Amino acid sequence: MTGLWAVLITTFLASAVEAIEMVTIVVGVGATRGWRSTLIGAASGFGVLAVVVVVLGAALSRVPIGPLRLIVGALLLTFGLQWFRKGIMRVAARGLAGIGGQDPHEAAEWTGPGMDWTAWFLAFKGVVLEGLEVAFIVVTFGAGAGHFVGAVVGGVGAVVIVGGIGLALHQTVRRIPRSLLQLIVGVLLSTFGTFWAIEGLGINWPGGDAAIPGLLILYVATALVYISLERNRALGLRPAA
Amino acid sequence: MPPPFSWIVAVAKFLYDFIVGDDWTVAAAVGIGLIVSAILNVNNLPAWWLIPVIVVVMLGVSLRRASRTH
Repeated sequence: MTGLWAVLITTFLASAVEAIEMVTIVVGVGATRGWRSTLIGAASGFGVLAVVVVVLGAALSRVPIGPLRLIVGALLLTFGLQWFRKGIMRVAARGLAGIGGQDPHEAAEWTGPGMDWTAWFLAFKGVVLEGLEVAFIVVTFGAGAGHFVGAVVGGVGAVVIVGGIGLALHQTVRRIPRSLLQLIVGVLLSTFGTFWAIEGLGINWPGGDAAIPGLLILYVATALVYISLERNRALGLRPAA
Repeated sequence: MPPPFSWIVAVAKFLYDFIVGDDWTVAAAVGIGLIVSAILNVNNLPAWWLIPVIVVVMLGVSLRRASRTH
């Protein structure tokens, strides 16, 4: 029984780290681009994940995750940098206008009919990559310790609980002005994108997963410096051309 | 344009907007940075630092270029 609980708790905690990354991307993209396409993208990701898990089963642990991390990481990084840059420019121009409510000058980025494929794609690949990592954790811990059911309960429980927390927080996230939210999500996508792309190349980060908060601090500091520089430029504190 | 070609064009346009966006130099720098990181790693040299440096530098370059054009 002790072994079962050890597997369940270990799998839960390890999966919770991956689930936080997944939910951060889905909530951030949903709040910035709109929920309908984001949730359809996330649901599609879970669908693909379910098929992969059912078809491959225990053989899942032999699927090479490195190339997938590299592709998803590089895509998240290049896209995240676009929002990072736009977020800096918009926050520098408008400050925190609209905090606690919607800034009347800011419209949702997606205003067209039908599916917002950018939101769909971001949510889809966030769910597929992180979901696969949760599945790897479940298979590895479950097979290694001989408590497969405990590992499945730990992994699924982590995704459900972290997902529930994300759902509960989404109203709070909606109160953040869109320009600031775009900057925050841009920083987060760039952070995860940098981390996964480098890991996908087989390069070890100093400190392993602890490098993620380090990258986050670096990018937040970068954003603050560039916002300050952009504001000075807008106020005319630059040499005359 | 008939459907198969219009779909291909739409997908290509989506991928271009998604990956490249409005400043191709940032995406190019990230691509080159990943290739150089792989080369450094193959030669047993530390490579984790390169992409964060490229992100910080290219953001500044891109912001400066954008502020000059507006």
